Amino acid sequence: MSILVDAGTRVLVQGITGREGSFHTRQMLAYARAQGESGARIVGGVTPGKGGQSVEGLPVFDDVVTAVAETGANTSIIYVPARFAADAILEAAEAGIALIVAISEGIPVWDMLPVLRYLEGSPSRLVGPNCPGVITPGVVKVGIMPGHIHLPGPVGVVSRSGTLTYEVVWALTQAGLGQSTCVGIGGDPVSGTSFVDVLRLFQEDADTAAIAMIGEIGGRAEEDAAAYIADHVHKPVAAFVAGRTAPPGRRMGHAGAIVDGGVGDAETKIAALREAGVLVADSPDEIAILLAERLGTAHV
Amino acid sequence: MRLHEYQSKALLAAHGISVPDGEVVATGAEAAAVARRLGGRVAVKAQALMGGRGKAGGIVLADTPEEAEAHAARLLAEGLAGAPVHRVLVERAADIYAELYLGLVLDRRARRMVLMACPDGGIDIEEVARRHPERILRLPVDPAIGLRGYHLARVADHLGLSRRGDVPRGDPPVGERPVGDPPVAPTDDALVAIARGLYACARANDATLAEINPLVVTAEGSPVGATGRSPLLALDAKMVIDDSALYRHPDLAAGRDPQSESDVEREARLAGLSYVKLDGRVGCMVNGAGLAMATMDVLKLHGGEPANFLDVGGGAREERVAQALRLILSDPAVAAILVNIFGGITRCDEVARGVVSALRREARLLKEATPVPVVIRLVGTNEDEGRRILEEAGLATAATLAEGARLAVAAASKRPLAGGGR
Repeated sequence: MSILVDAGTRVLVQGITGREGSFHTRQMLAYARAQGESGARIVGGVTPGKGGQSVEGLPVFDDVVTAVAETGANTSIIYVPARFAADAILEAAEAGIALIVAISEGIPVWDMLPVLRYLEGSPSRLVGPNCPGVITPGVVKVGIMPGHIHLPGPVGVVSRSGTLTYEVVWALTQAGLGQSTCVGIGGDPVSGTSFVDVLRLFQEDADTAAIAMIGEIGGRAEEDAAAYIADHVHKPVAAFVAGRTAPPGRRMGHAGAIVDGGVGDAETKIAALREAGVLVADSPDEIAILLAERLGTAHV
Repeated sequence: MRLHEYQSKALLAAHGISVPDGEVVATGAEAAAVARRLGGRVAVKAQALMGGRGKAGGIVLADTPEEAEAHAARLLAEGLAGAPVHRVLVERAADIYAELYLGLVLDRRARRMVLMACPDGGIDIEEVARRHPERILRLPVDPAIGLRGYHLARVADHLGLSRRGDVPRGDPPVGERPVGDPPVAPTDDALVAIARGLYACARANDATLAEINPLVVTAEGSPVGATGRSPLLALDAKMVIDDSALYRHPDLAAGRDPQSESDVEREARLAGLSYVKLDGRVGCMVNGAGLAMATMDVLKLHGGEPANFLDVGGGAREERVAQALRLILSDPAVAAILVNIFGGITRCDEVARGVVSALRREARLLKEATPVPVVIRLVGTNEDEGRRILEEAGLATAATLAEGARLAVAAASKRPLAGGGR
């Protein structure tokens, strides 16, 4: 078991002929093949105007509806440039794709607002944008994360960040703590899937025994997560919140990482998480230590 | 990107929102000329991207052109609260009957723009939100339907504006009591036009925040029908434009205040690197924004202070590393550099070769500069090989982020402070 992606996942790559899209298609294929029979499948790609071509042996289609009809894709990953990405998400949702993972960075907020509105009440779930994607180690990688740093196991990982997530995952793997699924929810001010959404899935997932959460400054997502954890999550949660040293009013790389009008500072988030019983780490790799202590050796 | 008041007002005016007559100027003499043209009392307003501008003395009234000139010249020469002021806005002073607040703000949790209205204008809205949340009406705008008449009727009602054009029905505003005669124009019609204009303006310009504070009910109260002038006036305005959308607003991007960022920050932005100057002495070069913040935090945990935030981007390619190094070293306070790279899909040995070659290149370019100790922490695939390459090149390496932070802090503390008699 896992969340969001599993052996039944059939992945379509939107923007497959682009530089990023083709590079990461190779990486995702390699990961899928390395898992052998247990792996999910990358089934094709879409680039408008390039239907009929192939990339890495995968068929390329002009549009998502055709691609779904031909390949049975149920998941899509989006690498298209930011200015076309909102349409790509909507096209995937209209075609009935169940899980849409948007890697694209820099989609304007006013482009995302109607997209997120459209997705409310829709059967499609959007992860991202501006995220590293989702991986269920040993099964399928739908993202840009380095696959080999992961290890199958009991820790669910959810994060607003990219390389910081890899850092935590690597520390977990080195401590012998594998991961059930790792979800990058993205660093934008508005996105399709929240911490709370993923925490709910991890709480319900039988194969997840503990949760690692990586937050950062900006917004109130960590505070919302803390409130949810206090009431609904009965598994151990360890967290790191990046940006204690970030000055207010300055955007720290991610569009959503800004302390604005007294909202979104790290200390408030950390206090809320501690209050909810979350183990808060002072450095990213300490998450692995905290969870190893809590889980004992049973899962190692 | 934050816009100055005068820029925000120009955008609002283009969407039919009344703003005071005025002009932005860069010298005292120009300020006097504008004051003379406007006649009567004017407000001289420092164009500075800071909160609490009024309290800091950045807004002054002048009764004569000479006074306007003196105030403008002083603000331009002295700046405001330590920040330089390069422009002042000279406007006809408004005859204020009541001050309101109207804003459109992104609510990240609701994934909506939210129209906020408060009858207590002219003061810090965040303060009102904390102390008297019931005074603020929040209307999340569904992008499928936008703002409708029934929304705006609620807003007008909350603000105490009425069709009868008589005294606002709400509680008297916090602060000064209303003065002068009440407006005679149908203020709720004016409000509907302003709220619609505000929404259209924010959408057209990709604003994630567009605030009119205060929105004043003028005591002149000229009936709309009679003069075409609204009894409501945007006395101050603030807008934040979504950086991700600047590509479709080249005019706004070009109007970026050069003083709103340092030369180094501008250079970084043009190079596509994310860099924020900080006050510490340990320069940081990290791939990924989250990891870059975490690196700063761990430095602090080990007694250091970061000199900057810098995301060198994925893969840490040689060209980018070289550019990042130049940016970091342009800060004279930097006494040591901590490089923290997670080698993901790019292997650590490739990253290490890139870093070594960039450092060699920059060392040649920066002959006259004092060499600064560099500590590198590489983690991920082929990290042993990567570390070997770095060590062969004579660079200090660290196995963990904590060790890297300790080494960098120690190296920085051994070096004299910049300007300390070197």
